[in-house]
This record gives sequence, structure tokens and C-alpha cells, in this order.
Amino acid sequence: MGASAYLDAIRRLMPRETDTRGALLPLLHGLQEEFGYIDDALVPHVAEALNLSRADVHGVVTFYHDFRRRPPARHIVRLCRAESCQARGGNAIEQAAIERLGTSMGGTRADGEVALEAVYCIGLCATGPNAIINGKIVSRLDGPKLDRLLEQVTA
Amino acid sequence: MTRVFISRDTVSVALGADEVAEAFVHAGAEVVRTGSHGLFRIEPLVEIETAQGRIGYGPVDPEDVGKVLDATHPHRLGRIADLPFFASQQRFTFARCGAIDPVDLDDYAAHGGWAGLDTARALQPGEVVAIVKASGLRGRGGAGFPTGIKWQTVLDAAGPEKFIVCNADEGDSGTFADRMLMEGDPYCLIEGMAIAAHAVGAGYGYIYIRSEYPSAIATMREAIRRSADRVAPFTLEVRVGAGAYVCGEETALLESIEGKRGQVRAKPPLPAIAGLFGKPTVINNVLSLAAVPFILAEGAEAYAAVGFGRSRGTMPVQLAGNVKNGGLYEIGFGVTLGDLVERIGGGTESGRPVRAVQVGGPLGAYFPPSMFHLPFDYESFAAAGGLIGHAGITVFDDSVDMARMARFAMEFCAAESCGKCTPCRIGSTRGVEVIDRIIATLPSPLVGEGGAKRRMRGSEVRDTSECPPHPSHAFPLPQGEGESQITLLRDLCDTMKFGSLCALGGFTPYPVLSALDHFPEDFGGATALPVAAE
Repeated sequence: MGASAYLDAIRRLMPRETDTRGALLPLLHGLQEEFGYIDDALVPHVAEALNLSRADVHGVVTFYHDFRRRPPARHIVRLCRAESCQARGGNAIEQAAIERLGTSMGGTRADGEVALEAVYCIGLCATGPNAIINGKIVSRLDGPKLDRLLEQVTA
Repeated sequence: MTRVFISRDTVSVALGADEVAEAFVHAGAEVVRTGSHGLFRIEPLVEIETAQGRIGYGPVDPEDVGKVLDATHPHRLGRIADLPFFASQQRFTFARCGAIDPVDLDDYAAHGGWAGLDTARALQPGEVVAIVKASGLRGRGGAGFPTGIKWQTVLDAAGPEKFIVCNADEGDSGTFADRMLMEGDPYCLIEGMAIAAHAVGAGYGYIYIRSEYPSAIATMREAIRRSADRVAPFTLEVRVGAGAYVCGEETALLESIEGKRGQVRAKPPLPAIAGLFGKPTVINNVLSLAAVPFILAEGAEAYAAVGFGRSRGTMPVQLAGNVKNGGLYEIGFGVTLGDLVERIGGGTESGRPVRAVQVGGPLGAYFPPSMFHLPFDYESFAAAGGLIGHAGITVFDDSVDMARMARFAMEFCAAESCGKCTPCRIGSTRGVEVIDRIIATLPSPLVGEGGAKRRMRGSEVRDTSECPPHPSHAFPLPQGEGESQITLLRDLCDTMKFGSLCALGGFTPYPVLSALDHFPEDFGGATALPVAAE
């Protein structure tokens, strides 16, 4: 990605009111939505646009779990690992997904197509185990349901 | 044309409500998308408008549309408000959730919306603060600090610019009331914030919502856009988190809105004096702010009349985990924990005995059924070594391994620590290691005898699939090692509790110590004595 594409995007996504304070997170969200991840090459441009140091921006990008610094896998399977889902058999679902996808929690399949990520609560705590598969929230996961969903993802 | 009401709450949608709604549209019905009433067992729920009121059916599959329309569907529930789950509630905050189209301004006004704001704006700021104080409302997000006192501090603080910040970073497992309210009745929160703004003299407000709640974010943004004229000159903005649990801590949340790493600030200064961008700031939880319109509209006494001891008003309790009637249940403080779990919750969904309930999210204590007599009230829970927090109750059946849950609490703290203070950052990592050593002294679940009896309880299949054997199982540790490690763990918890800057490190000892105290058999100790006599 060239620097000009980055500068265009930053200009476009900058909060409209120039005096908007604390604009870094909204801007990073916007850039990640556009490019899929926050490239290290973006950091100096973001810093300059917001009059921050590169270290400030780098610190924020690396602090928050949501911001990625590499292109994401094509399919993202996020499983809830929090207590409520554990109470409803979430650990078995996690093991099944790990076996089925052949990757660890937090890892990406060898072909780079599918990533398995942990999420800690998506607020459907009485109908777990829950997952977000390519952005779609699914509830009451059991073995067969998980198989069906992963089949669609890995097909 | 038949009018049909179907929830668009995330739970309902995850269970297929969109497909059901589509099927009704195809069948020629007029579909109104509402929030959820909060009994997830009956979602997707369909309510049909009739001369006798709304008649509910649920759960409903898309292919059942015909049967619902000709009233032959077997899951006919009658009027939802008459179901025992709802009839026993006191819905102050969630009265409209499930009943109305969340972003329809007329619907909101027709159901009593804006009455609180109109009352407040006819009063002086100090009078509004006095009413909130008189209601006894305490922060519904965690520690239960009196809301009116917080507002008074901001009102009294000098400065031309003040802020209202809503903490909608509901990251605790087992809690979903904030999400439900924002998705099901967003104007209630907006009205509460506008009242707060008038009470303290603030012109601008932020709602900080976690990124894991995309539907709540979209609904709040739409509601803010539509109600901008109604709440003007007060202006609102949604800020989206980025997957950091610690941003639920109020000072970390302020840092995050300012565009920084979500690291906690040392207090003082209090946010009420020097908060967002250094300005006096009211920072309240969604449920605290959403309770305010009722208080202004109905009066402080109407609110304070309900409750128990110094815990006044209602609490939207969230029944979660392995529970039959999981969902949102709003009731006055004072109901016992056992009533919530067994009578209202209906016990476990798996049908096995309840073994533990965690109250107040990942930083809350685990309680055994022998403590079910505890009244739901801030002081009673604090006295019993726990906390109410955001009133999430997560139920576990007898297959739970409490040593594993204690380990998870430490692991979670290690993953989510902001890193600013040492007890939290390093203590949690050491905590995982110490618990691993304790687990290593225990007989392996599949070969053990005697002390392993508890660990064999529950499903052996689950033990093998869910608990990958710890590598140390192959190297049994010396006799007495477990005991000394438990002493070390208690010491570590003590350091974290009193040495951490914020609740993440400071409260992680609650789940760990309560697991140790109430379920010692899972850590290789003797069975806990019943404490019912307390």
C-alpha cells in the first residue's frame, strides 16, 4: 500500500470537526475497517495528522486487542471463553474447534485462511456457548452446530 | 393487517429472530421489531396483537408462521406480562424494553418517555441532584457509590466545561443488561444522560460502548441522531472501545476516550473534579443513568420505597450460565440468592445440581448453595466476601472444577491487565503459575483416588476433553507442596487486593479466594463445612 493511499484515507476518515478531541481510536477503527489492519507504515502518518508522537500511536495500536498489525485471515472464528460460556460447555466447543481447524486458540490455520480467536463475553450469557463467525453472532453452540458452521467457513 | 412484535435483540437474532420476522413479512403481517423482554428460553418470541392484548408464542421457527397466525401453535404463552417470570418483577428501568420499537420516538413518548427530563428541566440543577440523592440510587456498575453524591461533586466543581460519560463497556461475563437496554430502549439512557447534564451543568456527553456490541452501537447512534433536537443543547457522541476489558474501569475508560492506552489513573483526583480532558466529569454506568428518568418522573420516594437496607430501588439481575430461565430479571433488592437461582432461574439447564454461582462478573466471588440464604444487597454481599457488581449471576452445575475456575480468573487478569501497577501485572501471572503448581499436586483426574473423588465427579468425558492434562501431572510434587502453594496463593491475593490501583487487580482475589474457601476439595483440601448456620 502506498503512502498516498494512507494519506487519502486519513484525510477522509479524520473526524470532521477539527477540534474533536481524542480522535485516535475512532480514526484507527476507521483505518482498520478500510485496510483490514493497521500497517506499521500507517503509524507515522496517523501521528502527524493528530500531532502525536509515533510512540503514542504505536502504544495505542499495540495496547488494544482489536487492532491488528497484520492482514487478517479470510475467515475469523471468535469463540467466547468467558465464565458463562464455560458453564454451558464452552470448553468442549473450544477443544472441538481447535481440533477441527487444526490451529491453536489465537492461531491461524497453516494455509492462512482461518483464524481462531478468543473473545471474552459478547453478552449472550444465558444462551451460550457463543461465537462470532465472520461477524455473525451464533448462540447455543453444540458439536453438530459447530461442525456445520465451520464447514461453511472452511469449504 | 395483523401486527406482530418480534425482538431484534442480539440474543433473539442469534437464535433466529430475523428469519422468523422475514417469514411473517412474507405471510403479509406487519412486523414491529422490539427489544427483548429478557426471558431467553422463549426467544425467538412472537407477539400477535389481538383484542385481548398481545399474545405471545415462543420459541417460534420460521416454518411455524401459519400456526402462529391461526393460533394453533403449541407454544402459546398468552400475555407475556402474566408469565410468572414477569409477573414477579418490578420493572422500573426495563418497563419499555420488549414493548416498544427501540428507535421510534413516538413510541417512546407514548410509553412515558421524556417525562423525567421535562420534570428535571423545570427544576434548578441542585434540586435535581437532591432528588437523585433522596432516591438512594447507587452506582449500578460495581461498587455501589451513591449517584447523587457523585453528581453533587460535579455540580459544585468549578469550570465552564463539564462532561457526562456513560460507561457502557459491559465486559463482565454473565452481564448483558446494558446491552439489552441500549438495544431495546436507547432513549431511556439518552434521557438519563440529559437529566444528568442538566443537573451538573454539562453540555457534552460520551457513551463508551465496547466493540463486542455492534448492534448496541448501531442502535445508540441511530437513537442519538433522531433525538438530537429533543435533548439539545446537550450533545451526545458514541465512542467505541477496542477490546480492552480494563476500559470498564472508569479512569481507564476516560484515558481511552482521550485517545490513549486504557491505563488506569491513580485517584485522587476524582473524575468528578478532574475527569475527561481534565474537566469535572460525571461517569456512571448505563443502568445508573437509565434509572434516573423513572426517579424524576415518578419521584424519589417511589424509587426508594423498593429495596432492602441501604440498597434502594431495583436491580436488573442477569441470570446467566447454566440456568434454565436465563435472562434479565428486574426486582427490588433483598430477594435471596437462592430465590434468584432456584425459584426464578429454575436451577440448572443441564438438570444437574447447582454447585457454584459467581456473582458480579469475572471479579466476583463464587458462592456454594449453602450460602443461598444471602439477601441480594450491597452490604450483605460485601460482608460475605463478595460483591454484587453489575448483578450478573453465573450458574455452574456439579461438573465445574473450581481450581480451574480460579486459574481462569488469574489468567483473565493477566491477559487484561493494563500493566500500570505491579501487583496486577505480575501478580496475576504468578497467580496462574501457583495455581498450576497446586493443580499439579492433585491426583490426575483419570488415575487418582481418594482426594481425586471430587475431581472424578461430573462427566469423565468432560474431564478428558475439557481439561488437557497439565504437563506437571507426569511429575508429582513432594508431599505438602500443595499446602505451601495455597499459603503462597493467599499471600499473593492479599498483595493484589491491597496493592492494585484498580478493581481488576484488586478484585481478582475474590473469585480465587472464594473458590479456595468454599470449594477446598478441588484444591486437594478437606471438604468445606456447610456455612448455612451463619
